[in-house]
Amino acid sequence: MRKDLVIVGGGPAGLAAAIAAREAGVEDLVILERDARLGGILNQCIHNGFGLHTFKEELTGPEYADRFVRQVQALGIPYKLHTMVVDLARQGVHSACPVLVTAMNQKEGIYTIEARALILAMGCRERPRGALNIPGYRPAGVYSAGTAQRYVNMEGRLPGREVVILGSGDIGLIMARRMTLEGAKVKLVAELMPYSGGLKRNIVQCLDDFGIPLRLRTTVVDIQGKERVEGVTVAQVDEQGRPIPGTEEEVPCDTLLLSCGLIPENELSAALGVGMNPATNGPFVNESLETDMEGVFACGNVLHVHDLVDYVSEEAAWAGKRAAAYLQGSLEEGVGKVPIRAAGGVRYTVPSSVDPGRMEEEQILRFRVGNVYRDVCVEVSAGGHVLYSRRKRVLTPGEMEQVALKRAWLEQIPEVQEIVVAVNNPAAS
Amino acid sequence: MTDVIIIGAGVTGCAIARELARLDCKVKVLERASDVCEGTSKANSGIAHAGFDAVPGTWKARMNVEGSRILEDLSKELDFPYRRNGSLVLCFAEGDREKLEKLRRQGEENGVKGIRILGQEELQKLEPGVSRQAVAALYAPTGAIVCPFGLTIALAENAAANGVEFHLQTRVEGIRKTQDGYRLSTSQGIYEGRAVVNAAGVYADWFHNMVSARKLRITPRRGEYCLMDKQVGNLVSHTIFQLPTAHGKGVLVTPTVHGNLLAGPTARDMEDKEAVNTTREGMEEVLKKAATSVREFPARQVITSFAGLRAAEAGGDFVLGEVEDAPGFFDAAGIASPGLTAAPAIGRYLAGLVGAYLSVGKKPDFVAVRRGIPNMEQASMQERRRLIAKNPLYANVICRCELVTEGEIVDAIHRPLGATTVDGIKRRTRAGMGRCQSGFCAPRVVEILARELQKDPGEIRKADPGSEFLADKGEW
Repeated sequence: MRKDLVIVGGGPAGLAAAIAAREAGVEDLVILERDARLGGILNQCIHNGFGLHTFKEELTGPEYADRFVRQVQALGIPYKLHTMVVDLARQGVHSACPVLVTAMNQKEGIYTIEARALILAMGCRERPRGALNIPGYRPAGVYSAGTAQRYVNMEGRLPGREVVILGSGDIGLIMARRMTLEGAKVKLVAELMPYSGGLKRNIVQCLDDFGIPLRLRTTVVDIQGKERVEGVTVAQVDEQGRPIPGTEEEVPCDTLLLSCGLIPENELSAALGVGMNPATNGPFVNESLETDMEGVFACGNVLHVHDLVDYVSEEAAWAGKRAAAYLQGSLEEGVGKVPIRAAGGVRYTVPSSVDPGRMEEEQILRFRVGNVYRDVCVEVSAGGHVLYSRRKRVLTPGEMEQVALKRAWLEQIPEVQEIVVAVNNPAAS
Repeated sequence: MTDVIIIGAGVTGCAIARELARLDCKVKVLERASDVCEGTSKANSGIAHAGFDAVPGTWKARMNVEGSRILEDLSKELDFPYRRNGSLVLCFAEGDREKLEKLRRQGEENGVKGIRILGQEELQKLEPGVSRQAVAALYAPTGAIVCPFGLTIALAENAAANGVEFHLQTRVEGIRKTQDGYRLSTSQGIYEGRAVVNAAGVYADWFHNMVSARKLRITPRRGEYCLMDKQVGNLVSHTIFQLPTAHGKGVLVTPTVHGNLLAGPTARDMEDKEAVNTTREGMEEVLKKAATSVREFPARQVITSFAGLRAAEAGGDFVLGEVEDAPGFFDAAGIASPGLTAAPAIGRYLAGLVGAYLSVGKKPDFVAVRRGIPNMEQASMQERRRLIAKNPLYANVICRCELVTEGEIVDAIHRPLGATTVDGIKRRTRAGMGRCQSGFCAPRVVEILARELQKDPGEIRKADPGSEFLADKGEW
């Protein structure tokens, strides 16, 4: 089978990319989704707060997903459910279809698709206990927050009654509230860092409103219970994140939920051999969200972990549009790639390079900072010229930032070698 | 009255059961846990040692070398993962070369084939990943890696297929000598057997001491391990040991048969025979020592850590054979390292003794061959097509990290000695053993177990009773 465009993943990124590609004229495309329905992780996010930017209203996760699913259906975009992509491989350089996709499902068995272009939209996964090196026994009752969310919201089951949550990522915060509403007692949320990794609004609405304590600079140093969790030991940590002896406190509980970060799920991208950015664990992409392999694009949480789905949709739509341009041969020639360097507290930028000749009027640069910064300037500069500077009262690692880079700015500077995005006067708080 | 009762369904008990299954006698295996392979057999290095470590003339030396010789053929006969990858013992100081030489001589005396000492250059050529600090190494081409669950479960299934009865969740509480054998009181009532084989791991001293005046003492010696992501599974291709130094015994770094990288173990004597918890100090020690063996050791790629308890008997050797003052009671005790390697040899030896004691002959209809569960991840495209054509469930991926399908999970449930727990599924199919550590697949596995076993998901356990995954039994 041959396809002009294959989209791996039918979550928010894959859906928005498919819609944009079809609207830009790509007829021959397919979305491959491993789950039983389109919408990805949104299906288990039954809380509200989605869509404020995109639709100017507050939707639940499934409602937000539904808006996109309806469009996909209205546009007649083909999709396959229960379909797992098991391999992505490069075809010969002279092949008209650079990527060979191997997928399987119960109805069609295992089959391959030769793709002229590919959009990676596989999302991310949660960091498990093992990767956190939490010592102790290995009983039942240790779950990632997302697994617990699936149990409660999709399967109507309660994974535990007395809960400690490690990590204050957004899913952990949301689950603190969710478990409380379902009758469980959430004893505390422990966060290793001196700041929360989640959105401010979630700390207020999910912890403060329910009197759930958030303990910063605190971690779990032991798990008790041979069959089922019987308790955990929490301890304060020092500047290096090491437990401080003497601060241990035993907390009886039957469940430990982990919300300690998300990891873009790039095993397929790695198999394909696209270049990966160690700062994001996602592929390096240019202004078109194209990876270093021609015709292969990436968007959403597989590219870098987002805080709001609205930005995923926006980013993915751009990837879909650019993939369409690539297929139609209308991607501009370009004038040369200009790398973007993240500096002074900025951990990374997406994209990590732009070609001024391929930019639209405005190019959105998204980035995260590595620490909490107060009263600083976000600056974009090139060739010694400050192109953009804006004061920020507070920047935190939990919130994604963005800057609209204007083509006009770059046109003023002859021979741009590098663009730098930095936090100016980064006095870490 | 049964002919033989085996206490313990770890790798040793299962190996003995499988060898006894060749004989014309009735065998029951009593296991306290909900599955086979729930103790030390599930938490070890997964190494088939070449056999240069053990002191010549000991049971350990004899059984190790014999086990090492048997395992490759056995892996074909019983269809479990095994790979002869060779092992290296690194020497970091010129002054320690004599120790390396001694190890080589010991290996030769034990009958280990092909061992030799490599200089630095040859070592770097053979294994470019090892530390440049290593000045020499002992190379043992017969060293191998094996899946400890695969081996144990294969032995158990083959034994069961040949008539051995496994009584799970049956905890032995007392043993008494009777006129014609032994009477065992258990959590499931009374069992009587003409002969008893004690393969009870860290508890083997308890059972031995119930029938014998010559006491054994087994100290659980905890070993902690860190398992690394498959991304770094080919950092080294050989199993890398360290020569013990003045700073203590080293740890090993090895690829696993499934393509991960494993580092460990620590060694700490414990009081508690259940102390399989990991510790911060233990994990730090493993990662620190591993980094001395291998260049650019990827400490950040840990996907899980675990601990196992070696059954270290006070005498330092395996305790094998009929107990002198308890006729018909056979020990397979003190099976610490190299117990996994030795198990097939111990099985043959003990079954021989028990068979002679009972004066039983061979069973004519013994079936030696066992086929494992298909492995979609490893299968060729053609084989995948064939499997899916046979059963479309082989196309439904449940564990995405290890590419385990619903077909494989359903197989694991409905085999002889089928899985009834999430851990049982994990050890038979690898669902949940990957980098996400069951975050995505655990709820699906629970659902499939509940469906196939006709239970409510609230009743499905991780392992033993009390380890239910959900806090509600469907009433919520």
